[in-house]
Amino acid sequence: MSAVTSPIPQRSLEWKLPYKGKVGMASLIFAESAIFTIFVVAYLFYLGKNITGPTPREVLETPIFFTVCLLSSSLTIHLAGKELENGHRKTFLILWSITIALGALFLFGTGLEWHRLIYERGLTISTNLFGTTYYSLVGLHATHVTLGLVMLTIVLLFGLADRVGVDQSARIATLTMYWHFVDAVWVVVFTVVYVVGR
Amino acid sequence: MSSDAIAIPNAGTEARPWVEVVHEWVTTVDHKRLGILYMVYALMFLVVGGIEATIIRIQLMRPHNDFVSPQVFNRMFTMHGTTMIFFVVIPVVFGFANYLVPLMIGARDMAFPRLNAFSFWLTAFGGFLLYFSFLGGNGLYGAGNAPDVGWWAYAPLTSRAFSPGHSSDYWTIALLVAGFGSIGTAVNIIATVLSMRCPGMTLGRMPLFAWLNMFMAGLVILAISPLTAAQAMLCVDRYLGGHFFDTQAGGSATLWMHFFWIFGHPEVYVLVIPAFAFASEIIPVFSRKPIFGYPVMVGATACIVFLSLSVWAHHMFTIGMNSYANSFFAITTFAVGVPTGIKIFNWLGTMWGGKIQFKVPMLFCIGFLFQFLIAGLTGIMQGAAPFDWQLTGSYFVVAHFHYVIVGGILFALFAAFYYWYPKITGRMLNETLGILHFCLFLIGFHLTFDVMHIPGILGMPRRIYTYEPRPGWGTLNLIVTIGAFIQGVAMLVFVVNLVYSYFKGPKAGNDPWDAWTLEWSVSSPPPPYNFASIPVVASRRPLWDLKHPEDPDSRYE
Repeated sequence: MSAVTSPIPQRSLEWKLPYKGKVGMASLIFAESAIFTIFVVAYLFYLGKNITGPTPREVLETPIFFTVCLLSSSLTIHLAGKELENGHRKTFLILWSITIALGALFLFGTGLEWHRLIYERGLTISTNLFGTTYYSLVGLHATHVTLGLVMLTIVLLFGLADRVGVDQSARIATLTMYWHFVDAVWVVVFTVVYVVGR
Repeated sequence: MSSDAIAIPNAGTEARPWVEVVHEWVTTVDHKRLGILYMVYALMFLVVGGIEATIIRIQLMRPHNDFVSPQVFNRMFTMHGTTMIFFVVIPVVFGFANYLVPLMIGARDMAFPRLNAFSFWLTAFGGFLLYFSFLGGNGLYGAGNAPDVGWWAYAPLTSRAFSPGHSSDYWTIALLVAGFGSIGTAVNIIATVLSMRCPGMTLGRMPLFAWLNMFMAGLVILAISPLTAAQAMLCVDRYLGGHFFDTQAGGSATLWMHFFWIFGHPEVYVLVIPAFAFASEIIPVFSRKPIFGYPVMVGATACIVFLSLSVWAHHMFTIGMNSYANSFFAITTFAVGVPTGIKIFNWLGTMWGGKIQFKVPMLFCIGFLFQFLIAGLTGIMQGAAPFDWQLTGSYFVVAHFHYVIVGGILFALFAAFYYWYPKITGRMLNETLGILHFCLFLIGFHLTFDVMHIPGILGMPRRIYTYEPRPGWGTLNLIVTIGAFIQGVAMLVFVVNLVYSYFKGPKAGNDPWDAWTLEWSVSSPPPPYNFASIPVVASRRPLWDLKHPEDPDSRYE
């Protein structure tokens, strides 16, 4: 039998299922959230349990500018996706490049902060509990930003080669979900590390 | 039914060079081949883990035995636990999910075939990495061998001071790698079930197998991820000098316990929900009745998933939590019994009044029902915190969870092997050998694990390499060991059956069990494209509708 058909006459079937990329990415985001939750819990659990210094209050400075950069990249990537859906490939590429620039700027900020902490304040991952939890949590997030930037750059390269069109917008939307997630995680990390943690 | 298979010229008729065949299997992205790879891989490790269990049991056969040294004994129980959980049961349930979910929902492959292959090879190399520790665990320090920290790897045993060499690193990284593989497959299963169903296959018409495997995948995502995070922390501790679990620097050993069991308890449900899925497909077919209480089964599974995330600290009643935490975890543990009980009643309700055919898969399912019930009852006993204070860390606990994993999950897995082997290979498994396998395994299982409860109640701790000749201990342990050997013989019968029937078994045809789900509508083994044309379904039992056009299910649903 070629098809298992119902012997009962069917009304014409409306059959629409969710896009598999979105479902897959949503599942991945759940998994990632669980991973970040564990690191956040560890950070909060060890707050104030340092045996030796330095403590967060002594050495941390709130990276407001770089946070604004990362969060506004969520806006630009959203607008980029909209432009692509409407077929404006040029504006898409411009907004996409701005997103990458903002993300890279954020990473640069993290680098600056770590450089200052390591060379001026003497805080490394093995100094004390704060060092261990801080570098792990912020580092895990920075890893995700890096990964996101790699994927965004690949899309940019394809875009420059004129390979990204309206028909790719579902895929672009999937990648956008990941980038939004990375930004949302930063809101949590920022709150935990720079607001609650101090 | 064979008329609709698309003929491929010369397919399967020419002998091809073996390099080509191997290359084809290594590079495959076909869900059926990956499913088979998962299963074969798991069976291989089942043998390895079984040998380790045998070594443990020979050592404990009599008091003051010196079959292996204490160090080797520690390695054996660590490797046995780690292997059986991560490299036997997880791969085998993923194998079945991979093979059957697309067939059951009328799809031609999983949602992301390449991710599927990638996940399998991650899992596979995780296992190989773990076993490479026998060679490479020495490291530059000349210390250690295979991991010997127990499958929980409690801190501070895993710290550099207590675990020099690389043995714990192999353990950590093997699980990290395999964990990424599991998450990849879980993402794939969810996307497949939600996005790849054939027309008419609404969520309410989906086979319970697909439903339950989707829940399993969801639980993998929520449970394996914390383990992955904890393993990453352990790596930071061991390689970068971090202090997560370093009590000398203010770190906490109990935090590791929490992180491990946040993974560890839901993990049990990751393994048992597929067992429920097998039972939910097999019991109706051999009772000749549709499943009783389909929506309730789905709801009960959702309930189990939800509750299983809030019970982990019942593994840790003795660490000294306050009474509120103890009560909370005791109550949630009892609560899991409710949806599980609902499921057992639903299976009984399915059998009730049915024309039960006692074929081998059904025999294993009935064994599963009884044994899983007992396993659940001893679980409830230990859910009571004061009772657990007495029994934790004793052989009672070991007997309990082996009752779940062997008596419950492994019996359901055997049922699944006997049930779907004809679909996968095109040949029936031998019925006589199957019944012999069932009887031997049943006897061996009960000798081992019923009796094992008693030394636990008498106070025998787990993970000791030998014991004093206290009254009864020697005899009881000897009986346990004898049971283990009977199980070993039963396993041999099973393997012989698998191999013998592959060559000599009677041809199965498309639908040897007169079943109702879509995988039985295609040839055995199914063609690479699964369905020549994508089916359209109108009820939960599409093949019933097809066989009984005068009285289809779709009329009542």
